[in-house]
Amino acid sequence: MGILEVKDVNKRFGGLQALGNVNLSVAENTCHAIIGPNGAGKSTLLNCLVGKLIPDTGAVMFDGQSVLGRTPFEINQMGISRVFQTPEIFGDLTVMENMLIPCFAKRDGSFALHGIRSVTSEAELRDQAEQMLEEVNMLDKRNMHSASMSRGDKRRLEMAMCLVQNPKLLLLDEPTAGMARADTNNTIDLLKEIKEKRNITIAIIEHDMHVVFSLAERITVLAQGTPLVEDTPENIKGHPKVKEAYLGEAA
Amino acid sequence: MFGLDKKDASLLLIVTALVAFAPFLLNPFPEGSAMAQFNAGYPDLMQRFVIFGIFAIGFNILFGLTGYLSFGHAAFLGVGSYAAVWMFKLLSMNVLPAIILAVIVAGIFALIIGYVSLRRSGIYFSILTLAFAQMSFALAYSVLTPITGGETGLQLALDDPRIFGSATTAEGNIPVPGFFGLEMRDSTELVLGNWVFTFSVGYYFAAIIMLLSFYLSIRIFRSPFGMMLRAVKSNQQRLNYTGLNPRPYTLAAFVISGMYAGLAGGLMASMDPLAGAERMFWTASGEVVLMTILGGVGTLIGPVLGAGLIKYMENIISKINSDILHSWFAFLPDGLEDLVVTLIYPFIGKGWHLTLGIVFMLVVIFLPGGLVQGGQKIAGLFGRKKAQEPKNATTEPAE
Repeated sequence: MGILEVKDVNKRFGGLQALGNVNLSVAENTCHAIIGPNGAGKSTLLNCLVGKLIPDTGAVMFDGQSVLGRTPFEINQMGISRVFQTPEIFGDLTVMENMLIPCFAKRDGSFALHGIRSVTSEAELRDQAEQMLEEVNMLDKRNMHSASMSRGDKRRLEMAMCLVQNPKLLLLDEPTAGMARADTNNTIDLLKEIKEKRNITIAIIEHDMHVVFSLAERITVLAQGTPLVEDTPENIKGHPKVKEAYLGEAA
Repeated sequence: MFGLDKKDASLLLIVTALVAFAPFLLNPFPEGSAMAQFNAGYPDLMQRFVIFGIFAIGFNILFGLTGYLSFGHAAFLGVGSYAAVWMFKLLSMNVLPAIILAVIVAGIFALIIGYVSLRRSGIYFSILTLAFAQMSFALAYSVLTPITGGETGLQLALDDPRIFGSATTAEGNIPVPGFFGLEMRDSTELVLGNWVFTFSVGYYFAAIIMLLSFYLSIRIFRSPFGMMLRAVKSNQQRLNYTGLNPRPYTLAAFVISGMYAGLAGGLMASMDPLAGAERMFWTASGEVVLMTILGGVGTLIGPVLGAGLIKYMENIISKINSDILHSWFAFLPDGLEDLVVTLIYPFIGKGWHLTLGIVFMLVVIFLPGGLVQGGQKIAGLFGRKKAQEPKNATTEPAE
């Protein structure tokens, strides 16, 4: 029984069957990649996991509890953090403030009035935030206005914001999309490091096979809304069905 | 000091000094001189400066921090005024219970309107608040006449119960509002040469409350709650996926700013114990938006400056008439004098809105950060050092 169990999930947009009978099981403390050609339903599946979309039928269980019908912030409080395809950070705030917000969310829940104590007086949370920034080599940027940073830095900040909450499951939606090779390699190293250091389960959606094969322990291939194969990276590489899905029958 | 960092503490001290010496600072011209009409140091106007300052400070907590633009905040001001006047009618002429009730009633009212309006954001939110405020105005003007006094407004009467105070004074007049014996209308004059300075109890009472609300707003800006509100403005999607529910945060900000408006309304009624429906009209809601943008959205001191500028123009420019213009330009040849007066005339008197419009346009185009940004630019011209620190957290607009 995995930490994340997707059972017979169907999602239809009008006449389009975006997801058809998707079954997926992500085992604890592994890195599970979901790959597939454009339009395979990867993002729809991800959105069903985080509460943005509600599947028409089926069940999504996380850590023994159903996530269906819960809002994104409730699902986050259960222990799922999500990194977006384009980095979503608080652009008007400084890097440090960006880091403090998830710390507050983790400690005080989805809403708290906190009184009128100054943010600067929260020494414990600041330490947490600084340690995490240190881990992703961004401590020197803590007072920067986050919107003015490079895309790679924004991505690292977003990941740090997710990790500082110690999530049980980290969902990555094409974390290296649009990145230069060097940045991609940095991200891979960072993710490997994170996996070694923490007890964390990672589910990753990715186009870049270099990233997938460097990180994933299990791979699920989606095509036209249904899982084709689920196997180890070695077995996926030469799998005829996968080739067919990506390149068409003629190949 | 008071849990503020150095920068905020010095800002608070400067504002305190300005407010305390306002009767001097706003009366720079000697009595009887041609410039005396530009003096703003009389109690009535100074009271308006600080009361609208409170209104704008509260509005800025919602608009400046969360970015939710409410077009109905005058409704809370009006509700606060009505509540305060009812307290004067039923309880006593002490302003303290009146102001407390004004804040509570406005808060409850804001909770209801905010709960519904905050289901939408952006322009839809603005329209919802506008609709609620206009509904409140219409109700106050007609249906609720027994409570609000309708067209004539709510006024004190000799036969009001006032259970904790006398219904009438010894002379048989309606008593005036006071604070444990200090009458709001009392004032002393200080004559220094040609200058006359007026110190009014009402002004200083309102000023102390304004300083307290300003202090509270600084604490809110610097608190984790204030940071969450800025996060709401910056990226609601990320906030949601970070495990935080934006709705109660925005609702809390809405209620707090509604309570500030109620406080301003209660103070207004304390200075002059009557309340009318026109205080809830949509132009009154628009005015506080202008004040905030003019001064600097999301800055601490900006809304107060904006409120001061608009109230100054409303009271001073509107008092200039064509006779005064003629006396100013009397040195010009007759034909030219008439021409200059004709050209300027549309911008004065009742045309002060035109001047305000031009000032507003100039500020929005050249100083999107409001008067505060103008102040920073001037400071930058004088000291290179200051120019090297553009990241001034106190005054930087949140945009």
